[in-house]
Amino acid sequence: MAYNKRVDGRKLDQLRPMEAKAGIIPNADGSAFFKIGKTIAYAAVYGPRELYPKFLQDPKKGIIRCHYSMMPFSGSGERIRPGGNRRSQEISMVMDAALAPVIDLSAFPNAVVDVFVDLPQTDAGTRCAAISAAAIALADAGIPMKDLISSVAVGQVDGTVVADLCYDEEAYDAIVSDIPVAMTHNTQEITLLQMDGEISKADLIKALELAQKATGEIYQLQVKALKEKYSGAKNDYQ
Amino acid sequence: MIKEREIVVPGECLAEGLDYLPGENTYREGDKIFAKVLGLTGISGRVLKITALSGPYVPRVEDKIIAKVIDITMNGWRMSTGTAYSAMLNVKDATTRFVNRDEDLSKILAIGDYVVVMISKVTSQNLIDLYMKDPGLHKISGGRLIKINCQKVPRVIGKQGSMITLIKDKTGCNITIGQNGIVWIKGEPDKELLAEKAIKFIADNSHQEGLTDKMQAFLGGADHGLQ
Repeated sequence: MAYNKRVDGRKLDQLRPMEAKAGIIPNADGSAFFKIGKTIAYAAVYGPRELYPKFLQDPKKGIIRCHYSMMPFSGSGERIRPGGNRRSQEISMVMDAALAPVIDLSAFPNAVVDVFVDLPQTDAGTRCAAISAAAIALADAGIPMKDLISSVAVGQVDGTVVADLCYDEEAYDAIVSDIPVAMTHNTQEITLLQMDGEISKADLIKALELAQKATGEIYQLQVKALKEKYSGAKNDYQ
Repeated sequence: MIKEREIVVPGECLAEGLDYLPGENTYREGDKIFAKVLGLTGISGRVLKITALSGPYVPRVEDKIIAKVIDITMNGWRMSTGTAYSAMLNVKDATTRFVNRDEDLSKILAIGDYVVVMISKVTSQNLIDLYMKDPGLHKISGGRLIKINCQKVPRVIGKQGSMITLIKDKTGCNITIGQNGIVWIKGEPDKELLAEKAIKFIADNSHQEGLTDKMQAFLGGADHGLQ
């Protein structure tokens, strides 16, 4: 039986309800909140600051270092052991690679920009939510960037190409593929492309076309979040 | 084509065609000019620039900053500038008096002291040299230090220092603003608090216009509450 009705009743190209906010952590240099469906990401940016251990320093430009972390009871299953693990290490690494192409740290040799992303609640698409949140936080921190990065997962569930898979779709009892994609906005360059599962060539092309449209929607929200921060007067003085 | 004083995000297109030139915090790609940081647009003649609303401090020669002594070396002090780069203050640039070769430098400046200093040299790798012999450069004692984002410093100072003069006049505090965003306030304790609130208000609302008037009302008001 073909998958033509999604488990949560969305249209095939419809993303889960999203919400984003910039500048939510006062002590951080830049911060953001990004929510897509039941997945929530908080990103905080610190730096540029001194980079240690010293062998990581690059005398030609500053580097970006992401720290991805799922909180202990963020998943729907068992408690997740907090702190780093193999999975978070890999995701932190792909986040670095996804964000680095647009970030210009040539004015900050030997320094590092740290991006901490915490996920208090997750329902698939965490690395995409993390990247989208990190991009808002980096812009909020005033880090020179050529463009924003928007990220969303696309995939195929039992032969049907869909956007933004939720956990129930990822775990659907059929052939499923989950493809997280991150893209720059202006040039539509792909900075993250991973895949789990199986997909045909034709479907992959279809999925990536869908990703183009979906990341566009994320971009609009990111821009809105950044502009909203400066829309009204601030007046929270004790 | 973008309007003046509009908020733009990184990667936003500011203008098309070759009529305009990319200024501060912008870049050209093909025949388009894009923003490089989150900030307010500014147009001066044919040049488009962005005034950043937040961002790291980039050290520049002749900037007056407030730095903290973090280490003492053979011939001077290592200072923290509140950025990714520490700075050096040489003994000969710190004081006009004769310093003996075996003198204990911590008698002049101890670890943890804050000083108002001038940047005398910056290299491409952001190695910073400091200077402390000019009038107005000195060790800090008393008062309170607050930190604001360095991009808000020009707003807190105001045109020809109008904003900071206003706060100084109304609160009677001594205020020194470092370009790196560290502000030293010294005066009566309650007035210090008022000055601190005023500076934080300006920093948080720097993207708005007519701040001097708001500040006048804030500092002139009897209850000192922000409306």
